[in-house]
Amino acid sequence: MSNVATFDTRTEAKIPVESPLAYSYRRSGAPAPTGKSRVVLRERPFLGHLILRGGAIVLDEAVREVLGVSLPGEPQGLVQDADGERSVQWLSPDEWLVIVPGGEEFTLENRLREALGDAHFAISNASGGQTLVELEGEAARELLMKSVIYDVHPSQFPVGKGVTTVFAKTTVILRRPDELRWELVVRRSFADYTYRWLLDAGDEYGIGVKG
Amino acid sequence: MFYIHCPYCGELREEEEFHPKGQAHIARPEDPESCSDEEWGDYLFFRDNPRGIHHELWVHAVGCRKFFNITRHTVTYEILETYKMGEQPRFTAEHPEGRPSQDGVEPAPLREGVRA
Ligand SMILES: [Zn+2]
Repeated sequence: MSNVATFDTRTEAKIPVESPLAYSYRRSGAPAPTGKSRVVLRERPFLGHLILRGGAIVLDEAVREVLGVSLPGEPQGLVQDADGERSVQWLSPDEWLVIVPGGEEFTLENRLREALGDAHFAISNASGGQTLVELEGEAARELLMKSVIYDVHPSQFPVGKGVTTVFAKTTVILRRPDELRWELVVRRSFADYTYRWLLDAGDEYGIGVKG
Repeated sequence: MFYIHCPYCGELREEEEFHPKGQAHIARPEDPESCSDEEWGDYLFFRDNPRGIHHELWVHAVGCRKFFNITRHTVTYEILETYKMGEQPRFTAEHPEGRPSQDGVEPAPLREGVRA
């Protein structure tokens, strides 16, 4: 076991917690989805986000043992567990993003540290720094075509792929967990910009926001 | 649309995701203390400016954020190859059509960034 100091970033105290988009909902509103909405936006706030760094082989062993899924070894890979609640995404040859239900990340981090022992690795908790935004609906891809520079055609962007790319004038991690949904991992400080861009660009598709 | 092949992502990506970082293959002097001012100055400040084939360091800034090398033609802007850190270029000023492999033995590629 390494001598790294870890701590649970979730406070026990009764401090109100707000998602990175809380301000945006108040300031820009959240139009409810209607029958005419061809795309629906939904934030999945307060999830556990961990960045794993190290060699693919040792990390794979630990992730299999602790999380029960294999580490995507191929570039742009995204794998999920059976119920789709936990995912591991390739970010670079020595870096992966793990997203788990909120509250699980600290236990997961500790169990991974234990499994990895003295191996050469790093784990950082990025939960407070980013949020996850889902896009669903028949016009989701059209909306993305206006927003990201990456080719989102199914032939180039199949299910199980994820990339870091340019979104409008910022960057996002764009992932495709299944046929219907797209996920955007956005940085906290750019969440408002991304949200307002999506509302504006999604206007023509009658975009709605699910609470 | 202008695409650059990232050797770490293994696919062509939009040019907007990349940044150039200057000349490639600049080795830091092994023993800076014993360098003359001229040698150290050369290392820090002086760069080649060839007309033709040039080896450059680039970074996939919005993407995998890895540094890699590009062999680029400074007149036509054509990108002849991209290759990982630690690898050697196939296209050089001496071999603009591609370096012949020595007795069919390719230089062993180094696995960068992955340490198990
Ligand atoms: Zn890359």
